[in-house]
Amino acid sequence: MNQWKNFTKGFIKENPVFVLLLGMCPTLGTTGTAINGLGMGLATTFVLVMSNLVVSLIKNLIPDKVRIPAFIVVIATFVTIVEMVMQAYLPSLYESLGLFIPLIVVNCIVLGRAEAFASKNNVKSSVIDGAGIGLGFAFALTILGSVRELLGSGKVFDITIYPENYGMLIFILAPGAFIALGYIIAVINRLNKKNA
Amino acid sequence: MAKLESSFKNMLVSLFGVTLIASAALGLVYDATKAPIAQTEAKKQEMALASVLPEYDRLGDVIKVLPADGKDSIEIYPAYGPNNEEVASAVKSYTYSGFSGYIEIMVGIDPNGEITGFQVLKHAETPGLGSKMNDWFSNAEKPGQNVIGRSFNDGAIQVSNDGGKVDAITAATITSRAFLDALNRANRCLDSAWETDAESGATQQINGKNSDDDVASSEQ
Repeated sequence: MNQWKNFTKGFIKENPVFVLLLGMCPTLGTTGTAINGLGMGLATTFVLVMSNLVVSLIKNLIPDKVRIPAFIVVIATFVTIVEMVMQAYLPSLYESLGLFIPLIVVNCIVLGRAEAFASKNNVKSSVIDGAGIGLGFAFALTILGSVRELLGSGKVFDITIYPENYGMLIFILAPGAFIALGYIIAVINRLNKKNA
Repeated sequence: MAKLESSFKNMLVSLFGVTLIASAALGLVYDATKAPIAQTEAKKQEMALASVLPEYDRLGDVIKVLPADGKDSIEIYPAYGPNNEEVASAVKSYTYSGFSGYIEIMVGIDPNGEITGFQVLKHAETPGLGSKMNDWFSNAEKPGQNVIGRSFNDGAIQVSNDGGKVDAITAATITSRAFLDALNRANRCLDSAWETDAESGATQQINGKNSDDDVASSEQ
């Protein structure tokens, strides 16, 4: 498989959030600000790359009937590592993401890539696939976070664009996440159609 | 290499192997991050103390008090000035009545019962609404909402909706009530700690059960 294509498919064509609509729970829950979205996306990217790497390495050592528990243990290990490292070195991000970090374990994107890609492909392709999908997820979360932060509190990455008092509060709350996501998906679909 | 077949022995060995390696890896990372995590926590505590207390020379022993209406104890950090006089006490207080449950705050209260400063340590309030607690209640330009400098001598501090004098955060009255609840709890526990102190003559740790009764009696 063409490795470049393998890498870039995660951004637009198979973007986990905008096209496949996977991982909606962290997508809607953590994108109140751009920095939270980016942090969540990068944490998930790390877990995706590492779990894809390990799963493709051990895929022949795991009997088919116990592959799911084995994959989940691998994923949970990396999530716990991310959690502890983040708690030690990025305490403010750790606090704002809170429960969503341990929930990466059950993020369907991570298990989905392990099951659908890494358990069938070689190490190199699997790592590139994990990086592509992970960065695509981070990209989507950052875009959504920026839009919500801008409309809701007049800031992007904590840089004030317009006074906070004019912000539409709903975009910081959960309903705003659905509305913003819906419009972004519409735009992405329009762009994809044009390219086709 | 061919894929291992799903025999009982293979499944057992491979799952055992995966979990063994995973737990070893986690053990290593836990060891490596233990010290930095503890440091970060200690630094956070120190910064919170410095921001809620006026200038002090040294901190006294931590006093733990169990409030009558809560399960968790409250920590009191008395701070002393150069002549060993008490300048204020920092109280780590909490409430469960936030819009999203638990809120933990650190508040400095001086011997006259005035608030010298506060800091919200933990909360899960709505971003953009309740999460504004730190800025809202310390805004020196808006005396209606500022709680720093207010005194507990006239009784509990309440939001204006409940007949008090503090303006609640716009669209976040529940959070504001919870925040003040944590403040008032801090004050009640501080009072009861000093009362027990005076009665028993003990200066150190207060037995959790006794202080429980004391808070209950002081509230009646």
